[in-house]
Amino acid sequence: MRIPLSWLREFAQVPAGATAEDVMAELVKVGFEEEAVHRPTDALKGPIVVGQVLSLVKEPQTNGKTINWCQVRVVPEGQEQSLTGKGIDPSGVQGIICGAHNFVEGDKVVVTLPGAVLPGDFHISARKTYGHLSAGMIASVRELGIGEDHDGILVLSRIGLDPEIGTDAMELLGLCDEAAEINVTPDRGYAFSIRGVAREYAHATGTSFTDPASKVTAPAALTGGYGVKINDDAPIYGKPGCDRFVARTVRGVDATRPTPAWMSSRLRLAGIRSISLPVDISNYVMLELGQPLHFYDQDKLSGDIVVRRAVAGEKLTTLDGKERSLDTEDLLITDDSGPIGVAGVMGGASTEVSDATSTVLIEAAHFEEVSIARSRRRHKLPSEASKRFERGVDWQVANIAAQRAVDLLVELAGGIADEAGTDVGTAPDAVTIALPAGFAAERIGIDFTEEQIVTSLEDLGAVVEKADAGWTVSAPSWRNDLETKEDLSEEIARLVGYDQIPATLPVAPPGRGLTRVQQQRRRLIQALADAGLTEVLAYPFVSKAANDTFGVAEAGASRTAVKLANPISEEHGYLRTSVLPGLIEVAKRNHSRGFRDLALFEAGLVFLPDGTVGTASIPPLGVRPSDEVLDALYDGVPDQPLHVAAVLTGHDSPAAAGHTPRAWDWADALDIARLAGDVLGVEIVVTQGHHQAFHPGRAAQLSLRTGEVVGYAGELHPKLLAASDMPARSVALEINADALFEAAADVIVARHISTFPVATQDVALVVPQDIPADDVLAALREGAGELLEDVALFDVYAGKGIEEGKKSLAFGLRFRANDRTLTADEASAARESAVAVAAERFGAVQR
Amino acid sequence: MTETLPGAAIPNPLDEAAITAAVDQAIAAIAGASTLDELKAVRLAHTGEKAPLSLVNREIGALPKDQKAAAGKLMGSSRGRVNKALAERTAELEAENDARILVEETVDVTAAPRRRRAGARHPLSTLQDRVADIFVGMGWEIAEGPEVESEWFNFDALNFKPDHPAREMQDTFFVEPPEAHLLMRTHTSPVQVRSMLEREVPIYVLCPGKVFRTDELDATHTPVFHQFEGLAIDRKLSMADLRGTLEHFARQMFGDEAQIRLRPNYFPFTEPSAELDIFHPGAKGGPRWIEWGGCGMVNPNVLRAAGIDPDIYSGFAFGMGIERTLMFRNEVGDMRDMIEGDVRFSEHFGMEI
Repeated sequence: MRIPLSWLREFAQVPAGATAEDVMAELVKVGFEEEAVHRPTDALKGPIVVGQVLSLVKEPQTNGKTINWCQVRVVPEGQEQSLTGKGIDPSGVQGIICGAHNFVEGDKVVVTLPGAVLPGDFHISARKTYGHLSAGMIASVRELGIGEDHDGILVLSRIGLDPEIGTDAMELLGLCDEAAEINVTPDRGYAFSIRGVAREYAHATGTSFTDPASKVTAPAALTGGYGVKINDDAPIYGKPGCDRFVARTVRGVDATRPTPAWMSSRLRLAGIRSISLPVDISNYVMLELGQPLHFYDQDKLSGDIVVRRAVAGEKLTTLDGKERSLDTEDLLITDDSGPIGVAGVMGGASTEVSDATSTVLIEAAHFEEVSIARSRRRHKLPSEASKRFERGVDWQVANIAAQRAVDLLVELAGGIADEAGTDVGTAPDAVTIALPAGFAAERIGIDFTEEQIVTSLEDLGAVVEKADAGWTVSAPSWRNDLETKEDLSEEIARLVGYDQIPATLPVAPPGRGLTRVQQQRRRLIQALADAGLTEVLAYPFVSKAANDTFGVAEAGASRTAVKLANPISEEHGYLRTSVLPGLIEVAKRNHSRGFRDLALFEAGLVFLPDGTVGTASIPPLGVRPSDEVLDALYDGVPDQPLHVAAVLTGHDSPAAAGHTPRAWDWADALDIARLAGDVLGVEIVVTQGHHQAFHPGRAAQLSLRTGEVVGYAGELHPKLLAASDMPARSVALEINADALFEAAADVIVARHISTFPVATQDVALVVPQDIPADDVLAALREGAGELLEDVALFDVYAGKGIEEGKKSLAFGLRFRANDRTLTADEASAARESAVAVAAERFGAVQR
Repeated sequence: MTETLPGAAIPNPLDEAAITAAVDQAIAAIAGASTLDELKAVRLAHTGEKAPLSLVNREIGALPKDQKAAAGKLMGSSRGRVNKALAERTAELEAENDARILVEETVDVTAAPRRRRAGARHPLSTLQDRVADIFVGMGWEIAEGPEVESEWFNFDALNFKPDHPAREMQDTFFVEPPEAHLLMRTHTSPVQVRSMLEREVPIYVLCPGKVFRTDELDATHTPVFHQFEGLAIDRKLSMADLRGTLEHFARQMFGDEAQIRLRPNYFPFTEPSAELDIFHPGAKGGPRWIEWGGCGMVNPNVLRAAGIDPDIYSGFAFGMGIERTLMFRNEVGDMRDMIEGDVRFSEHFGMEI
């Protein structure tokens, strides 16, 4: 909302020297955030004066143009030019070249004298042109920054002005005024008016306020006016779409009269373009009182006005010339011809006020918020009217606003008002709120005095009556946001000042600290960072193809995924089922910026819908739903486990003198996966795996001991890497972190530490090539029995000396007993029984 | 290398002067040895089997009994002197040798390669942990919830009326089909509702996490961002408790100089509501007030939605953006730096913020 200061001054005590910034600094105290300052003089400097064209000589030029060589008087005849400066003629008459042709000798115009500055940092000076010294410029509205019209210069008589020569044109045109723009929160519809803001300014400064409504004398009752029926047969939430309709008629209006400069300059500062006198009057009254008005050309109406919901199939061409298909929920203004307006949103073209209009019918109605909001959204028609109706307009002000419009049409457009008028509808029940004594103090933490409470509420316009244990408060008609004692507490605190609220620190009951899962998640993320990986946070929006590739192991299968109804881009219209696509995007972005050695990871939620998606309906607000309804809500939300994934490309470290970096390979991906398990105390079982996103021979399936598959690790598929422009041999892993968290033991049971000497034995076993080393190792472990402390694979060999199709695996076995020193024979026996299991299971032969 | 000194006659074991001369000769040779190898040669020449002193020693056996003692004593002290000189010189030369090796092993430490890659946390994630720790220190619990959420938890339970503008598609990501009433949470407040439904009062929880709004990514907007929201429900909580909590938190985050300011505002889920500004003494471009978040007293309808009696309990809530906090606390100038995953951004922060 933009507030021209001159307008605010009419109704509030704004100090003479106050700027828009000063006004905003006051309003912010009562909750209106500063948005911007609109001050024409920031871009416009004088001398800019009224001049009269004494003579005008048309001089055709060789380029085909004709220019006017004008003598313009800028000081009243007989007076001396008090201005001095380069290019200012002491005679009071300036010679000026002008290219426009919409004026004649004798016209009064706006002259920007040498030394003036116009918007766009355009400095005016005397300069030689077309064979003359042109000392100034005759300005157009666009050059002055007050309009779009550039067809000719501004002739003052055409905007109804006949000022004295030499008058300061900036004052005359309202260019010395300025506006403060504030943000109005959606609950405060009343503040979309000078009336509301002036009252708030008074609250903020503790000064007095004159209600603009009180300056209008409206008849107490209206009868005999234009026929209006309110006939809403489908109220939304049981509230009638229209509960008041005031109609007034003004005849003999001259719609072509110019809008006075004071009005158009205020409208302009308020951000509203001047259109025509009747339209400007309707906007002016709306800005002043907050009541949107609509003017009809009464001669174009046929029969009574009926306010009703649309009928299926109805259409309306609105003021903007667009034909709109109406919805049966749209509230309409109709006459015998059909729809003539979408109530409170936009009028129709057929009954629009034009230059030819002579009889104006003024509509000042009260429409219900939700109905207007829905029509505005449905037709994508945000308007100044709908903005106010959606937030709530004062029911009481309709008649006053209509009268104010009548008065202005009479005064400025030469109209004659009908005495008869229409006022139909039913006032809503007054809102009364019980405010228990002490409630506001308890809720705000300020020990308010009785006087503070009563005065604050009365300043708002509320009626406060003492009741048994507090007060009964009747909210003012323009404050539809005041419904509860909490609302009143806010108002009291706001007017007393939020800065008066003291600070006390409540003590929470002794807590539990982070939960185990929260600790596990932190440890996992920190461990990966400590291991040299860089954490990134990618968007969860992916393509269907990305989900079908990374979210499912088998090629060709389609991944069930969450699709967004309104994604930012259709290409990324799904929520991720895997963290990898986002990481690959980030890796590519880093590559493009010259970083090729990367180790990236992300821990983030993936979205895995299964079965039920959402609920067909949702319960109402303000009531705890039943357990069954809550369970349905919980069940409808898709599973969203935390996944951790990593992508590694290039090398493990930067190349440097004396250091040869190592290229990341598939084993690094596995190593990181195992590290993730280690830091959580969860064993990750690695088996040869298959996943379409990975190299078919270099992928590991990661599982828990229970057999539950928790992820994949290995080299990404070469074709996928090539297709996505990633370096060859890039590796990756992805694990369901939640599954790891859950698998971790609650309590780790200590192991006995034997201090008896160790006995180590090595064994080399020849097995078929396709036997996984880990399986052989497991067999050895199983066969070796209790004495085995540890076993590790230390060499893999195939080639000379080993039969074709076989490989030799060398293991180191470490034996130790808890209660004695092992003899060599005992250790050997354990080794032999280990080998026996491997031999039996895989045909392993000792080398 | 020779085992005997050429032309040296074997002196008489009782010829003290000759023996002393041999000893002096040996000691001089020992002192003259400049390497361990030279010293080894000297040792052989003067203490070896054929060295004069060794040969003289052998002669003692042939002496008359009464002369043996005197000769033995003379020889003992003479050989002792030579051995002592040898031991001392050996130690000296060994020390010199050790020192030389160390000098020779000198490297240019400034040319050391970096072999280990330094990993990094994303600063948003680090900051989120930092915030959580402050509240855990105050006895609060940390609560989390799903990012795709039921519309009821995100809006209705928070007293957003069915026609509230925030519920429009232009602000909120809805899941297909919209009739299923699922959306991407627009704030972490649904976690507060879940917390109220799951826990017994008193409740003091902080809900950090990712939230979503349909903004295009630019220097100051992102469709995916992070928030932390706090909720306290107890008997007789007031706005003074809210202010005290926020003030304490602000001082933990920004130092003892930090101040906060509350300005009236509007949110459906709180009444009264306030905008929270922080006075940031270290702000780029000079100390100033910065908009930090929103807060207020929990609207009774929100308590009712969670089955909490607003006549017995009251509560306060607040919410701040983690990106915004990082932007003004750490002078991040462009939202995109936090989103794009450029490794330089995270690696600059390392594990810290």
